[in-house]
Amino acid sequence: MTMIRARGVARSFGDKRALEPVDFDLESRGFLVVTGPNGSGKTTLLRLCAGLLIPTSGELEVDAERGQVGYLAHEPLVYRELTAIENLDLYGRLYRVAERRERIGMLLERFGLWEARSERTGSYSRGMLQRLALCRALLHDPELLILDEPANALDEAGETLLERELDELRRERTFLVASHAPERLDRFATGKLALG
Amino acid sequence: MRRYFLDAGALARKDLLLELRARDTLPAMLLFIVAVLVVFHFALPTNASAHASLGLLWVAILFTALLGLGRSFVAEREQGVLDGLVLAPSDRSAIWVGKVVATLAFLVVAEAVALPAFALFFTSIDGATIAGVALADIGICAVGTVLAAMAAAGRARELLLPLLFLPLAIPIVVGGVGSSLAASSGKYLAFLALYDAIFVLVAWAAFEYVVTE
Ligand SMILES: Nc1ncnc2c1ncn2[C@@H]1O[C@H](COP(=O)(O)OP(=O)(O)OP(=O)(O)O)[C@@H](O)[C@H]1O
Ligand SMILES: [Mg+2]
Repeated sequence: MTMIRARGVARSFGDKRALEPVDFDLESRGFLVVTGPNGSGKTTLLRLCAGLLIPTSGELEVDAERGQVGYLAHEPLVYRELTAIENLDLYGRLYRVAERRERIGMLLERFGLWEARSERTGSYSRGMLQRLALCRALLHDPELLILDEPANALDEAGETLLERELDELRRERTFLVASHAPERLDRFATGKLALG
Repeated sequence: MRRYFLDAGALARKDLLLELRARDTLPAMLLFIVAVLVVFHFALPTNASAHASLGLLWVAILFTALLGLGRSFVAEREQGVLDGLVLAPSDRSAIWVGKVVATLAFLVVAEAVALPAFALFFTSIDGATIAGVALADIGICAVGTVLAAMAAAGRARELLLPLLFLPLAIPIVVGGVGSSLAASSGKYLAFLALYDAIFVLVAWAAFEYVVTE
């Protein structure tokens, strides 16, 4: 079964080409790693697949409902003035997560944020924000995970946590991951897409 | 349907919590509307008519609302939160409903201070004016929130909101001033209610398209 099917998908902003036409198929339970230099359009491609952007040309079919996509962006997508718990609780409500509290507690624990759970995220370090962003993306246990440089700002321990999580999920979930260090994802990857 | 209002409620509650914590918007609105009334108090000639001062009340309300609207998506603009909300499976218009409710709450609080102050320093306010203000608030927040989201997503944000908002708010001023002054205020109140009905629907339907590029 194909989860994402892209044919000649391209995106421009005004007359600036952000993504040159790309073709690929991502099978269900596949793990596609997107690589390319800065500005080659990785984020643009991921935003297109997440449904945040509309392609200017080409055909893009994503076979996952909106609530079944977990998107990790460059930015953490959380409110600065709210605590980690409050942020995840809001998203948990919007995503209709069953047993919200338990799930949030479990994720915060797993990503080493439990101690900092009641601090405003505005006071978090970059790495802590990235960990929280990962919790946010995984919160509703989505079928399709779209991760934009998931290891960004993580320390070695964080990266190990992330890889353990990916290893656990990859058999049942589909992944589209943009990365600057694709070697570390080699053991998960079922395909690669080089942009630029 | 129940889910829809739960989502909107969760979002509105979050905005009130943010305001409680950061105090970004409401104090600014209160300060602004009171300051405007004070300036008007000195700017108007002592023998100014009730007509003139009621007109100025509407100016104060409109620009106070604009101030609140300009800040309504500040928290979402940071750290990409708007994307996070747009990605959630809830109907996107629930984001709009939540924001309208929160902005409306701030505006009503500001007016709850401003109207008695106005009555004290200028001229008395009748029931028709209060009804007019209430109806105008709904229209202002419904239209303004869509435009504020548009401005938050785009670039020329500081400019875009007033540029789009003020022309669309002119009917509100006409209806509002009419309801305060005209002998038959019912006609103007009906006009405001009609404006609300149309623009609430338009804004509700348009929001989805404003937040996806
Ligand atoms: N909203 C936008 N408006 C205008 N140009 C944009 C926009 N988003 C992206 N671009 C442009 O599109 C190109 C691709 O950007 P994109 O963020 O997709 O690259 P990337 O591969 O993710 O880069 P990086 O490795 O730095 O994350 C860049 O040249 C960028 O300037
Ligand atoms: Mg990028």
